[in-house]
Amino acid sequence: MSTIKDQGEIVDRPLDWQPLVLVPLLIFIALPLIGSPSTWATLTIAGLAMGMMIFIMASGLTLVFGLMDVLNFGHGAFISLGAYTTTLLLLPLSGWLVAESLMLNFVALLAMIALAMLITGIAGYFFERVIIMPVYGRHLHQILVTVGGLIVAQQIIIVLWGPIQITLPLPTALRGIIVFGDIAVERYRLIVVVIGLTVFSSMLLVLHCTKIGLLIRAGVENSEMVEALGYHLRRLFIGVFVAGSALAGLGGVMWAFYREALTPGMGLELMVLVFIVVIIGGLGSVGGCLIGALLVALTANYTGFLAPKLALGSNILLMILILLWRSRGLYSVTSR
Amino acid sequence: MSEPLLTLSTVNTHVGPYHILQGVDLTVPRGGLTALLGRNGAGKTTTLRTIMGLWHASSGTISFEGNDITAWATPDVAQLGIAYVPENMGIFGDLTVRENLLLAAREGDIDPSRLRWILELFPALRKFWSAAAGVLSGGQKQMLSIARAIIERRKLILIDEPTKGLAPSIIVSMTAAIKELKCTDTTILLVEQNFLFARALSDTVAVMDNGRVVHTGTMRALAADQSLQQRLLGLTLDSHQ
Amino acid sequence: MLRTLLSDDFPQSRILSALLLLIFIGLASAPFLFPGSQSLNAAAKICYFIVLVASYDLLIGYTGIVSFAHAMFFGIGGYGAGIALYAWGPTWCSIALGTLIALVLSIFLALIIGLFSLRVRAIFFAMITLAVASVFAILASQLGWLTGGEDGRTYQIPLVLRPGFHLFEQNVLGVPINGRILAYYFVFFCALVLFLIMLRVVNSPFGRVLQAIRENEFRAEALGYRTVLYRSIINCVSAVIATLAGVLCAVWLRYTGPATTLNFDIMLDILLMAVIGGMGTLYGAILGATIFLLAESYLQHLMAVIGKVTAGLPVLPQLFHPDRWLLWLGILFILSVYFFPTGIVGRLQRCKTT
Repeated sequence: MSTIKDQGEIVDRPLDWQPLVLVPLLIFIALPLIGSPSTWATLTIAGLAMGMMIFIMASGLTLVFGLMDVLNFGHGAFISLGAYTTTLLLLPLSGWLVAESLMLNFVALLAMIALAMLITGIAGYFFERVIIMPVYGRHLHQILVTVGGLIVAQQIIIVLWGPIQITLPLPTALRGIIVFGDIAVERYRLIVVVIGLTVFSSMLLVLHCTKIGLLIRAGVENSEMVEALGYHLRRLFIGVFVAGSALAGLGGVMWAFYREALTPGMGLELMVLVFIVVIIGGLGSVGGCLIGALLVALTANYTGFLAPKLALGSNILLMILILLWRSRGLYSVTSR
Repeated sequence: MSEPLLTLSTVNTHVGPYHILQGVDLTVPRGGLTALLGRNGAGKTTTLRTIMGLWHASSGTISFEGNDITAWATPDVAQLGIAYVPENMGIFGDLTVRENLLLAAREGDIDPSRLRWILELFPALRKFWSAAAGVLSGGQKQMLSIARAIIERRKLILIDEPTKGLAPSIIVSMTAAIKELKCTDTTILLVEQNFLFARALSDTVAVMDNGRVVHTGTMRALAADQSLQQRLLGLTLDSHQ
Repeated sequence: MLRTLLSDDFPQSRILSALLLLIFIGLASAPFLFPGSQSLNAAAKICYFIVLVASYDLLIGYTGIVSFAHAMFFGIGGYGAGIALYAWGPTWCSIALGTLIALVLSIFLALIIGLFSLRVRAIFFAMITLAVASVFAILASQLGWLTGGEDGRTYQIPLVLRPGFHLFEQNVLGVPINGRILAYYFVFFCALVLFLIMLRVVNSPFGRVLQAIRENEFRAEALGYRTVLYRSIINCVSAVIATLAGVLCAVWLRYTGPATTLNFDIMLDILLMAVIGGMGTLYGAILGATIFLLAESYLQHLMAVIGKVTAGLPVLPQLFHPDRWLLWLGILFILSVYFFPTGIVGRLQRCKTT
């Protein structure tokens, strides 16, 4: 994998390029299978948008996994919670949401996102302190307790918001389709892709250009050594957990508008996909998570069109293939 | 005679069901290099880990500069000025050499003059400055690990078997590096199996067996006494050449 | 004789023994003690869930493996028998054949899941079982021509087990001995036999190795036990028994569908029952299943009452709405994991020794 040049030259870090070609490869292969370029383009953009949302939801989970070795099956609760908090602003901001102005719509959306992330972040803090902290280091108990947390959270959502589906209409100016020649692209999907890329680049920025990011990356590899260097990782853990929960909330908001519906079970339904993505990407790797999310979403969209009955099965197949290639995911970072 | 820097009194450590340290009494004098020798499984690494707080002593006290650090958490122990170079080196393979050192520099940025000194001691680090530390050879990783421990002034450095698995030529450069390190006012506690390496560097020596310290004294005395070496370590300096 | 029957695994606590005896008597004489179809239904459900949860305890309690595919095997059994009865007529032969096919499928899947993912970390195994079970559930609802899709399959069961069939002319102890009673005892005795078999498995040398693996897998490997082999075997055993539990369910309900078997809710229920009852002690399955299922049926009444009492107050009525019984059980579940890691059974057993 790495090449060491001869004496005297400064050696740069070698890049593991192979996983990077998977997404373009998949998109490329899909074209002849689908046939029509316009359908292919629509499906691809839908896949990219969906992939971005799943990435946002899964990124927090993979960092928490990788850094803290904590199995949080309750992550889906934050997705649902974030989605449902949008209802809190529906009435106060209804004017802005219905308005034709893109600017107002966007600001309203951002406000909802901000509120969702705030609430899920706080919820994440308490979840970590109350539910997870007592079972540090015990994986079996973590799985059980967080599954329990997921059930309770889902029930509480039903208590607060009722069991039936709530419709969540997209803000007016964000609806509709932009047409490029033969290709029809939903406006909202483009926005999702933009937001997703923003989140990804911010994460990369934090991870590679700040000391905290350094601590996280080092901690994912060897948390014991980071502590031996004098850093209190526990405080960092909580911060990462809160950030992960907030990201899940963000993902939830985006997904809710994508489906234009809120259902109490949405968090749980998405968890299967999120887990598949996290496994494919490799625990603790943000880049792997993005590639995994895009692969999963594109596969779901393509097979949804080509062979609908195989849709979810295709993702399992994808996961198995990748695990056969690299048994710890695309980018395995943790030492565990 | 100044106060010892580090004192362990009847320290017992259990790891899981195993009672590894069975009443360790160890004194590390200020300045110089103390070697901790002993056979495999004597408890040397466990002693270092217990000092560092990675494993907690089940009884006994550990005192550093007058502070009772027995039950302290690892980051707090490290912040007192104790650095740890573990047996597996603890290098972050995914981070660059530069990032590894940056992480070790708690005060903020790396002091340029200190860095220059380190790069003179370990030239390979300059060559691989921006490379992922995982591509370094075993010896280079060991040097990086030591470099991390000295990137800032530390009062005590715990080094665990630095020459393990290294080629003799690298051991030579490592000996030179540590000799230079001794010239600073840092105290070093060195765990080693390589008696020759230890002999070249250490002033005081403690020998462990079965989870206890069974002999303390100066290295000079031990090096002169062949029968003592045979009894404690199962080998003599001559046979070790 | 009791000793051999229980494979030397006594409950070890007088309170626990009393409770278990109570439950046993209750189930054994349910048609006479609690006449009426609703209570008989509840009793039968308790019977096959005890088997289902106990087989899950083999994995989670005795071997330390968390799997989310258990409800899938339950479903395979249910569908196997159900489809056979639907397609080939209500005979014992159909049941046998359907069960056989289901067992083959279950063993196959258990082997595949086991051999593939037991080599990777526990987390991966849990997630992979979750993913596989989800796929299976969707497959079941999509292969409508075979499984009846979302609606499932209704069918008749063998003559002897039908309500119309009468064994005796007169009532015994005030209860007519019809096919339904016979069906109940069929379920009851099969469940009893399967439970005793599981007791034998965990108290055999094989079972002790499993516990050693749970305690410290590394050590077990060092001692020479091929842990992958053992875990694969218990995976299959557990899947087989879950499948048989599914057959019992299908025969009793005369209906098979995704809602009764493959739903993730069922999987969560199994988890709750196993943990609340007590992991690592098969008796925990008995307690857990009984408490949970009784709560499901009768707690809701209690909650409805509380709901009426607190009507008019802000959030409370919804908190006590009968449909929210899962909320309280979920909280009980979380508390169990913290304070009774060994469940109610463990608590009782420890009370005895202190």
